Amino acid sequence: MQPVTHNRRGGLRRLFRTGIRSGARVGGRTVAARFLTGIVALLATAFAYGDDLNMPVGVTDISRQVYDLHMLIFWICVAIGVVVFGAIIWSVLNHRKSFGVEPATWHESTRLELAWTIIPTVILIVMAIPATRVLIAMYDTGGEDMVVEVRGYQWKWEYKYLDDDMNTSLRFMSNLATPKDETYGKSAKGEHYLLEVDEPLRIPINRKVRFLVTANDVIHAWWVPDFGIKRDAIPGIINELWAIVEEPGVYRGQCTELCGKDHGFMPIVVHAMEEAEYDAWYAEQQQQYLALQTMKDKTFTHEELMANGEAVYSKYCASCHMANGQGVPPVFPALVGSEVVLGPKAGHIDVILNGRQGTAMQAFGSQLREDEIAAVVHYKRHAWGNDTGDVTQPADVVALKSKEG
Amino acid sequence: MTHNSQSSQPSQPSQPTQQPQHGRTVLRLAGIVVGMFAFGFALVPLYDLLCEVTGLNGKTGGPYEYDAAALQPDRSRLIKVNFITNTNEGMPWEFRSEKGGVRVHPGELKSVNFVVRNPTDRVMVAQAVPSLVPFSATKFFHKTECFCFERQELQPGEEMIMPMRFIVGRELPKTVQSIALSYSLYDITDMARIESAEEQRPGPNLDSDSVEPING
Amino acid sequence: MSAVIDAHHDDHDHHGPAKGIARWLFTTNHKDIGTLYLWFSFIMFLIGGTMALIIRAELFQPGLQFVEPEFFNQMTTNHGLIMVFGAIMPAFVGLANWLVPMMVGAPDMALPRMNNLSFWILPFAFSMLLMTLFMEGGGPNFGWTFYAPLSTTYAPDTVTFFIFGVHMMGASSIMGSINIIATILNMRAPGMTYMRMPLFVWTWLITAYLLIAVMPVLAGAVTMMLFDIHFGTSFFSAAGGGDPVMFQHIFWFFGHPEVYIMILPAFGIVSAIIPTFARKRLFGYDSMVYATASIAFLSFIVWAHHMFTVGMPLAGQLFFMYSTMLIAVPTGVKVFNWVATMWKGSMTFETPMLFAIAFVILFTMGGFSGLMLAITPADYQYHDTYFVVAHFHYVLVPGALFSIIAAVYYWLPKWCGRMVDERLGKTHFWLSFIGVNVTFFPQHFSGLAGMPRRIPDYALAFADFNMVSSIGAFIFGFSQVFFMYVVIKTIRSGRPATARVWEGATGLEWELPSPAPYHSFSTPPKVTAENAH
Repeated sequence: MQPVTHNRRGGLRRLFRTGIRSGARVGGRTVAARFLTGIVALLATAFAYGDDLNMPVGVTDISRQVYDLHMLIFWICVAIGVVVFGAIIWSVLNHRKSFGVEPATWHESTRLELAWTIIPTVILIVMAIPATRVLIAMYDTGGEDMVVEVRGYQWKWEYKYLDDDMNTSLRFMSNLATPKDETYGKSAKGEHYLLEVDEPLRIPINRKVRFLVTANDVIHAWWVPDFGIKRDAIPGIINELWAIVEEPGVYRGQCTELCGKDHGFMPIVVHAMEEAEYDAWYAEQQQQYLALQTMKDKTFTHEELMANGEAVYSKYCASCHMANGQGVPPVFPALVGSEVVLGPKAGHIDVILNGRQGTAMQAFGSQLREDEIAAVVHYKRHAWGNDTGDVTQPADVVALKSKEG
Repeated sequence: MTHNSQSSQPSQPSQPTQQPQHGRTVLRLAGIVVGMFAFGFALVPLYDLLCEVTGLNGKTGGPYEYDAAALQPDRSRLIKVNFITNTNEGMPWEFRSEKGGVRVHPGELKSVNFVVRNPTDRVMVAQAVPSLVPFSATKFFHKTECFCFERQELQPGEEMIMPMRFIVGRELPKTVQSIALSYSLYDITDMARIESAEEQRPGPNLDSDSVEPING
Repeated sequence: MSAVIDAHHDDHDHHGPAKGIARWLFTTNHKDIGTLYLWFSFIMFLIGGTMALIIRAELFQPGLQFVEPEFFNQMTTNHGLIMVFGAIMPAFVGLANWLVPMMVGAPDMALPRMNNLSFWILPFAFSMLLMTLFMEGGGPNFGWTFYAPLSTTYAPDTVTFFIFGVHMMGASSIMGSINIIATILNMRAPGMTYMRMPLFVWTWLITAYLLIAVMPVLAGAVTMMLFDIHFGTSFFSAAGGGDPVMFQHIFWFFGHPEVYIMILPAFGIVSAIIPTFARKRLFGYDSMVYATASIAFLSFIVWAHHMFTVGMPLAGQLFFMYSTMLIAVPTGVKVFNWVATMWKGSMTFETPMLFAIAFVILFTMGGFSGLMLAITPADYQYHDTYFVVAHFHYVLVPGALFSIIAAVYYWLPKWCGRMVDERLGKTHFWLSFIGVNVTFFPQHFSGLAGMPRRIPDYALAFADFNMVSSIGAFIFGFSQVFFMYVVIKTIRSGRPATARVWEGATGLEWELPSPAPYHSFSTPPKVTAENAH
């Protein structure tokens, strides 16, 4: 608007006439007009129809407010852009030396400069008001129905349900479920390539869920675009978010803070369920949890251990030590022929339980159950040509834990 | 070719032409260097102060002095306090709170036990780092006793129950209905060993009082 | 050109440049050092560009085809570091070296020996950085923003080389800035008052102050990292009472002014080129100066808008949102002034003008996305996605980089005395213009659709945008090799240039013959309101 009003001495009419005159000469006006209409139409089409082209509207009240805010600012920008770029294009088409135009000699105008300082400021204030309102709404964290703790690890998420009796009985890891073969083009990529996990976070709809976000090692960020929420997960520091999901469905997001090698491979999947369905699932999980506590007393066969161990390995170990056990030396050592793996069983279990200080090897003692540790240790000692000939049972892990204890 | 800047400076003819006083310049510059160095060191306490005043990062304060007789719980409000326990990567200790959370009235003294166990075969030292949300509650969450005020040292296999007592201030904003307090346990055995070596004490047997509490 | 200048040119013929490599190693001549800076930055630009093309090749399709995630992270990190510290900043310093003394009518920079040192530190600094790529464990892989603890506890061992490299770059930048400030404050020709200085000089003066203010902050940040890694301190580790978030505050207190360091000189360049080819004085010179100064001031109080998702009290978020939005006002003033300069001018469209107009349009688009990013609630959706990548590439590539290319096309005849072949220059422009938009415009969409930045592989929904983006990147990349050809061809066999070079050019540098003599303005010229800028 400003560069046009700039010609106020002659008024808009004169400007228009000038335009027609020079436009007739080069077809400038038609070109300019077509160009602008074209751009506006293109943008409008793109944003009206392409779900893939725009921010998701989402399924929470907040995400819809954020979307509206986004579109409001976007259209304000488009409007300013049309005026500014229109003036540039007009000028480029008409004020050419080749048309014999004599340059004007004016080079300042206090009124004009004041105008284009004050008008943008007013526009900014208009934008700031709804932005502030939405932000304040986002900070309204109280009165939640349930709390979920979200913890980032290199490179997976852990979810803990801090349920109403305030036990932390239900917790699980959520790992990328996409097979490596798809990544390396050895098999076709599925519909949710890189956006699928073995165990999604489940929450009920229509309840206020409070997420407490933190991390175990480096900084990650937890983001579900459809909820309109994102927060950094920082080791030692806790952050909070909340959402009331209004439609059941599966919502996908990704880690959005560079967190090392597999930053691109730690998706977030949230399954929002009908309330009754969720309650049933939750009750069942608690039953299962109790049942799993007895797993450490069981004895498994070689085949069971290998099958369970492979599952655990691909979930927790393969991202560093690779599916074939070759690792990525020197940072992630090979397990094939490794001294630890082929050495005494207790030493091997100890490394899994407590990690290796000063290396990337984490302590899995608190992440894995005894039977899982036993299975994965057994698997490593018998896979890829390794053969120690022994059997590792949950009891071995229990024994070691209590000996240490 | 180094041109004398004086010769090309007649744009400011008012400036008198005189021998520059290098001594004073050097002194001034040295003063600035010292000042900057000091400022660098002052940044850490300044930042802590900033965090304390603003509640940034959920840093909670040090031990809180209170008068037990003067406590007047606000029975009209019940605040939910969740406890989050976490051992940082590479920290093999087991660490949990006896209760996942409690409900308290503002102004009421509450005690919660945290359990910690060192499952390894070596002496280890740990530091618990607190963090609290929402930020607006930080100023009103008073700890009268907390294991996070000091480092914790455990013998191999030792288990310890650590109490934490706190009062949620009556001035807590009405908008705050629930608070989450997180403790992350860090392994600082190496750090403690270095410091105790510097103090010429046989490490790693540290007197807990010989070590400055790091996180208030 | 005036007779006075000619006479002096003759006086100094007997001590022209030394012969051979010694000329470049020991030179204290601002023109030689400017040339060194410019070629160095171009080499760095090609290296950083190669890394960008490796990134884009990997992202051409979903899945991992060419590189492993580990190496991909090293590429993104080094691409950022090299482009920021190795390409854009040295290019601007090179332009300042060439132009500031000629524009203010000074014989040379104020501190010529330091000038030599500040350049020659750079090759060593970047060798130090780049050689880590060939070491065990690989180079820096934690992003150019190197957030702790990924860059401390979890960093490869080579991080120490990176830290030392950053220290050296910082020292070089600070020395360069001191030199520029000293030159501008002390060595202006008689009559060259502050409000007569060309805007390029003004913007560089302000930029130099910004550099001096923030480079020590960066040095402090990397020093704290060094101590955390090797000497057992805990600045950024919660275990010892430190705070990983403090790193981000310190980094962005440096980082945001750094962003303006890379764009303010560009404003100066565009403010020189547009009036020349519009044959009309720059509109609103005074407000341009004040706008630049306000942008510089605001740059110090907006840093936390890079950290909206880090978790801050509401009041903090609001403060940083408002102050960030405020930047749009002085920036808008600049854009409006450029448009007003073109309005009713008598324009011709030589290559520098094309790049300058593209700068105004595309930089404004980067400004729009910047404004959107300033809105905190919306930023939660944009933060660390390709929307941010699109935003800062729009301000840095068609922004800062286009202005540098425009400057080269504009002043090259003055430097080497030969004209650019307009046909080649325009071909380069259109290739770059198309390439840059094809590369970065789709990234807005992939970001809004939810693609995080710094990932080596992505979900299938983002595939089309990434393919288009990669094609654009290769067009853009190879058109810069073509740029090198155009420049070398001009230097070797361009048509001789006149002293004025461009019909509408004003300013002291155009009163010197082309090519500018090795020693110019040994006797200060007389500056009047007319010939100042």
